[in-house]
This record gives sequence, C-alpha cells and structure tokens, in this order.
Amino acid sequence: MADKKIFGAVALYKEPNLLIEAARKVANAGFTKWDVNSPYPLHGIDKAMRIKPSRLGIVTLIFGLSGVALALLLMWWTMSVDYPMVIGGKPYFSLPAFIPVTFEITVILATVSTVVAMFAFFFGLPRNAHALHDTDYMKKVSLDHYGIVIEAIDPKFDEKSTIDLLNSLKPLSTAIIYLPEKETYPIFEPRFLVLLLSVAVVVSLGTYLLLNKLMYVQPFNWMDDQAKIIVQSGSEFFADGKGMRLPVEGTVARGFIPYPFEGQTNPTEVLSNPSFPTKENLQLGQRKFLTYCSPCHGNYADGDSRLNGQFPNPPTLHSERAINFSDGMIYHIITNGQNVMPSYASQVTREERWAIVNYIRVLQRAKNATESDLKFVKSE
Amino acid sequence: MSTDLSEVQIDYSIEGPVVLGRLSLAEIEELVAKPLDTKPDKKFFIAISISLTALLIGATCLLYTFYFGIGMWGNNQPVGWAFGIVNFVFWVGIGHAGTLISAILFLLRQRWRTGIARFAEAMTIFAVICAGIFPIIHTGRPWLAGYLTPYPNQHGLWVNFTSPLVWDVFAVSVYFTVSLVFWYTGLIPDFATLRDRTTSKIKKTIYSIFSLGWRHSSRHWMHYEKAYVILAGFATPLVLSVHTIVSFDFAVSILPGWHTTIFPPYFVAGAIFSGFAMVVTVLIFVRKIFDLQNIITIDHLEKMNKVIIATSMMVGYSYGMEFFIAWYSGNPVEQFVFINRAFGPYAWAYWTMISCNVLIPQLFWFRKIRRTVPIMFVIVILVNVGMWFERFVIIVTSLHRDFLPSSWGMFTPSIFDLGILLGSFGLFFTLVILFTKALPVVSISEIKAVADGAQPGHHGGNHNG
Repeated sequence: MADKKIFGAVALYKEPNLLIEAARKVANAGFTKWDVNSPYPLHGIDKAMRIKPSRLGIVTLIFGLSGVALALLLMWWTMSVDYPMVIGGKPYFSLPAFIPVTFEITVILATVSTVVAMFAFFFGLPRNAHALHDTDYMKKVSLDHYGIVIEAIDPKFDEKSTIDLLNSLKPLSTAIIYLPEKETYPIFEPRFLVLLLSVAVVVSLGTYLLLNKLMYVQPFNWMDDQAKIIVQSGSEFFADGKGMRLPVEGTVARGFIPYPFEGQTNPTEVLSNPSFPTKENLQLGQRKFLTYCSPCHGNYADGDSRLNGQFPNPPTLHSERAINFSDGMIYHIITNGQNVMPSYASQVTREERWAIVNYIRVLQRAKNATESDLKFVKSE
Repeated sequence: MSTDLSEVQIDYSIEGPVVLGRLSLAEIEELVAKPLDTKPDKKFFIAISISLTALLIGATCLLYTFYFGIGMWGNNQPVGWAFGIVNFVFWVGIGHAGTLISAILFLLRQRWRTGIARFAEAMTIFAVICAGIFPIIHTGRPWLAGYLTPYPNQHGLWVNFTSPLVWDVFAVSVYFTVSLVFWYTGLIPDFATLRDRTTSKIKKTIYSIFSLGWRHSSRHWMHYEKAYVILAGFATPLVLSVHTIVSFDFAVSILPGWHTTIFPPYFVAGAIFSGFAMVVTVLIFVRKIFDLQNIITIDHLEKMNKVIIATSMMVGYSYGMEFFIAWYSGNPVEQFVFINRAFGPYAWAYWTMISCNVLIPQLFWFRKIRRTVPIMFVIVILVNVGMWFERFVIIVTSLHRDFLPSSWGMFTPSIFDLGILLGSFGLFFTLVILFTKALPVVSISEIKAVADGAQPGHHGGNHNG
C-alpha cells in the first residue's frame, strides 16, 4: 500500500446541511482541486464551493447560429443556384417556406453540440478509469451519501493536514484514495488479435452479402421483377405463347418504301438516280461507303478486301462491266444483293444508297481519269 | 409502504410532497431498481408474448406489403392517404405528451413531473419510432428512404425544401434525435447509480459503458443542470413545431377540410390530449405492477387528468370552430365537406370522435372520477380511440368526396392495414415492456432530489415537516 500513489482524501456525509457547511470551509481553506459528490444536484452547493456559473450556453449559441446559417445557405444554394425550379409560383429563395427546416436544423445542431461538448470537453467523459470508480466512497455517494474529495495534485494538499481538516468538519468517515495501478493492453495479445480478425471477417462478409446478394433479392432488386413482357420472353396471353408480336401484315414503317424489284437479277433501267452529286451528298456517300462497302470492296473499290481471305473477295468496281452499269443497276445490287453479297436494304436507307452510288461514280472517274480531268484538278 | 392511498388528504394551500410515504433515499432507489435486479416473473412473460404476437402479425403484413407493394392496402383513388398517414399522425401525437412533461413542465418548475418524466420520455421515443415507420413504408420501397435527405447524388437532384413532406422528414427525425439525447442525458446519472449498486459483472460492464464514467461530481452537476435547461428550452418549441409541421401536411394543401389555419394549434392540442391519455393508460399498469404507488401517486394521475380535460375542451373548440368557419366563409364546397363529415357515410366515425374526445372526458370535472383508477382507465382508453378516429375523420372524409361526383369513392381498410396498425401497437408495447425491465422507469437522481429532506434547508427544514 505504501508505495501506491495517493489520488486524494475523501470525507462522507449523510446530512446535506453539514456537507454545505464543510464545503464552505474547504473552499475557505484555499483548495482548488477538490470536488463534492452527491447523488443529485444539491441546491446552493455551487455558492458554497465558489464555482463560477456554467458557460455552456456559449456552445449552444455558436452552434445554434451556425445551424441557422448553414440551413439557409444549403437551401439557398440547392433551390436557387444549383437546381432552380419554380414551385407553386414562389420565388427561388422563398424564406417563409424555408423557416421550418431552418428551425429544425438549428435545434438539432444546438442541442446535440451542447450535450457532446459538455460530456466530451467540459467533463472529459467517457472515463471509466478514474481513481474514484469502484471505491466504497463512490458506491456511497451514488446511493444516499454526500462526499468531499480533495485531490493530491492540489498545491495545498498534504496527507496528514488535509485528513485532519476533513476530520474537523464533522464527517461520518474519512479515507485516503489511492490511484489505481495503470493497466496496459498489449496490441499483440492473441485474444485481441482474434477479436480484431473476427470483426474484420464479419464486417467484410456482411458488406459483401449486402452489396452483392441482398440488394438483388426480391423485393430489393430495383423493381427488376415486374408484371410486364420484356424482350425475348414468352407470354401466356397470346395463343402462340410469344411475348414479342409481329406488326400487322402490310405495315410500312415510316420513311420506308417497299422495293418492287426484290429478287430480280436483271438490272432495271426504270430505276433512275433521283439525287444530285452535291458536296453533302457525296460526303454522305463516302461515309456510308467506308462503313458498309469498304470492308469487302476496299477503300477505293479495288476489290482488295481487308478480310484476309476469310470471305471471297468481290470483283473490282473499276472493271468495264461495273463502269457500264447504270446507276439503277448499282442501286439494285446494293438493295437486293448479288451472288455472295447480301442485301444492304436494312442497313442503309434509300437516300444513303443513292449517295453511295454517286460516290462509286466518283471513285470510278478518279481511277480512270482522263487527261482533261487531270488538267482540271491541276488548275485548281 | 402500506399506506392506503385513498385516505391521503391533500391540503391545496401548500404544495404536497412529491414522494409519498416518507421514503428514504435508499428506499426510493430500491423501489425503482427492483424490476432491474429481479428475474422477470410470469406476468412479464404473458405481457411480452401478447405484445410480441401483435408485433409479429404486423411484421408479416409488412412483409406482404414489401413483397407485393402497397397495393395490398385499402387506400386507392380518391382516398390516397388512409391508414398509413392516420397512424403516423396518431403516433406522433402520442409522443408529444412525453416532451411536454419532461420539457415544458420542467421549465414551469412543476416538481411533480419528476415521477413520470422518464417514463413519458421513453414513450415519446417509442411512439416516434412507431410513427416514423408509417410514412417510410408508405413510400413503397422503404430501403430507399435515404433519397428523402438532401445529399449530393449522381442524379444531380435535391429535395424540395418548400414541400411540407420534406419538412416532416426534418421535423420527425430531429424530434426523435433530440428526444433521444434528452432521454439519454437524463439516464447517465442513473446508469452511474446502477453501476455502483449492481453485483453482476456483465451488468456492471454495460452500465459502466453507458454511464460514461459519471462521478456525481458537483462541478459536473452544475453544467449538467444548465444543459438540462437548454435542452428543455429547445425541446419546448420543437414539440410545438413538430405537430405544427405535421398539420402543414394538410393545411398547406388546398383540399376543403384540410385547408384551414386552425390546424397547427388544433393538432398540437390534440397531440397533448392523446399523449396524456396514453401516458395515463400505461402508468396505471406500471405503478401497480412495480409497486410505485408512492412515487407515481394518485395526484400525478389526477393532474394528468386535468390536462386531459383542458386539452379536450381545446379540441372540442376546434371542432366547433371548423364548422363555424365553413358556414361563415360562405364557401359551398367547404360547407359540403363539413356537413358530409357529420352526416355523410362516415358519420359513425365522426360521432365516435365527438363522443370520445369531447363528451366523455367531461366526466373528469368530478374529483372523485379523476381519482378513481378503473373509471379513469376506461375514459383514457376511449380518448385514445377517439383521437385515432379524429385523424381518420380528417383524412378519409376530406378525401372520399372529390370535387367531381364521378371521382367519389369509399375507403375500406384491407386486412393488411389492420394488421400493420396492430403491429404498431405491438411494437410500442414491446418496447415499453422491455424498457420497464431494462432501465429505471423513474429518474432515480431526480426523484431523490425532490424527496423530503434531500435538499439543504434554508428555512429550517422542509415544508411538510
């Protein structure tokens, strides 16, 4: 016992009047690091102890005012700057409508900050390792006694004289309280490591299950399961059991005109080119040619496919035969397909097909340019 | 302890003792802490199994609602709001009595509040939990309730701060948080007391954690009392604001029957009315079961009954004033709504409300009835029923007759509506029963402070000495 450090000296009382008297005398004796413990707040003890009034209200005021400011700032920014919307004909910054939320945010900031500041900063709680805990003194003042404690760190503290002073103040009993031995908690203790590991496992497993499994379970699956027909699914409603329906026979989609020469091999001379080879038209033709035709026919229609023999190469479009095709014939081949080449009617619209025809004519002319063409280009 | 309480005579010229029977501080603590130290008995298990059954029925109905959607409920056009909102307003109202007792009566220096404040505050928290569930489940996908809060999100959207429904989100969540903080602040010294009296090691660990190492220091008590005044000062306007904002859900709309300026005070009075009735209902049992008749005395019940009759008159005045304004405004649509309310298809609900809320509480004018527990019990139960019907009448009768007769309809609750209502009572009473067994139902430190001889006497002893 002797080598233990002293925390302080305590005296116990049962009568509140005696305690107040004693507290007054301790305060007069000039002690500063001392306290009175009572199971409930005693009237008049702050005067006897000469404690200054609480200044907790300052915290409340500061946080309450910042609550007002923050709430108004948030609402002003969201409602009139970031995403302004006219609601009920009110102005973007509609103060009367903002009052309720401002009030609520003020209240929550003021109250919670007051309580947190009081316990954490004014009292230094939570603190379960204080020397007074688990003492007989604490048990008694918790129930129905009142106690005075003078701490050893007080400059006026002296074991003998302080106890004598307390004994002279008519207490039920006095005692010396010792500081508890410092407990140490090594980080690498196996039990602690196991605890740490199990917490990590539980948290990661829980997070995984929540984010990857539970979120996709009915009914949490973002309304995925609905009583509607989705693409490629069947339906019991229709006699053929198919969910996807064909359009009514004879339906013509907007912008499409049925092609009357489908399946014919003969070029038809009745098809005449309705488009003019303007700059825009040729550029459209070039774009579509490079997208749809060039993979097989080559970028300059030489029949040099980029497919490396995986597909039979088409003939060049600069042959005598191809040059002599009418516009209508080329259009017909694109629309209808020829030999291995399939129909491109569903990929390229009518206008685009004619534009491609025009562009092919440009390529043919460029490949077989005459003297006069070259002169014209050079003069430009 | 065995004082016959009906024999206790009160001289109203001086303030009576708050704690009857001249209990010592140790005896008070023993009384309050007894349910925590003893093993639960048969009565406890019967009570909790009944309330858990109700809770499970509610949970099952909720599961159905979540799986199949809120189409399982009875509300549909034109009655789009029904049980969900009726129950929400009902439970929020129940909660208001707790804050009134703990905050407003504290500011008014009503010492008698100490015996019932803790319990009433706990009921506030449980009632707000029950209330908060309803608007959230009414959204259909409650797990997305986070969208109700303003946070920077990938949609680039914010909540509409000019909408009363958003005000509700703020009001109810702030109310819940502040009530919880208030309650916990009051509990900390009691946790410390329990920590120092318990012999069980597990209990001691739990109490130590929750007491935060409170040392009953006078230097702490001084700040603590200040904080209590601050909290009470904020809780008082807060409780008024919460039910005001709840009433704005209706009053800000342009629906006849809802669009009235009397709604905020009318709702607040109704909330206190129903809340006190619920507190009395539960306290009648608690004081009997836990032998707390000396701490929660018949005087407490009488005082609460006086509040009930006062608020009953306020509510009755509001009912009358709504009719007067309907006539005085000369608006035929408004007049139709109120005549339809009293004599239309839901007249039975209206007259249930009038008789339970205005007529029956008039019996409390008699002192004998105010102090007779069985009669009081019947009356407060009827008040609870009446106040539930008040919300039903306001919501359903205003909605079921739309502006065009082609849009008229009737509301019939589905079995799931009734099950969820039952479940909310199950949740409330389960929490109340667990609370009575897990925490001190009376604030030990506060009740000790108002016991006879607890404070240093400036005038030579206490008043009743």
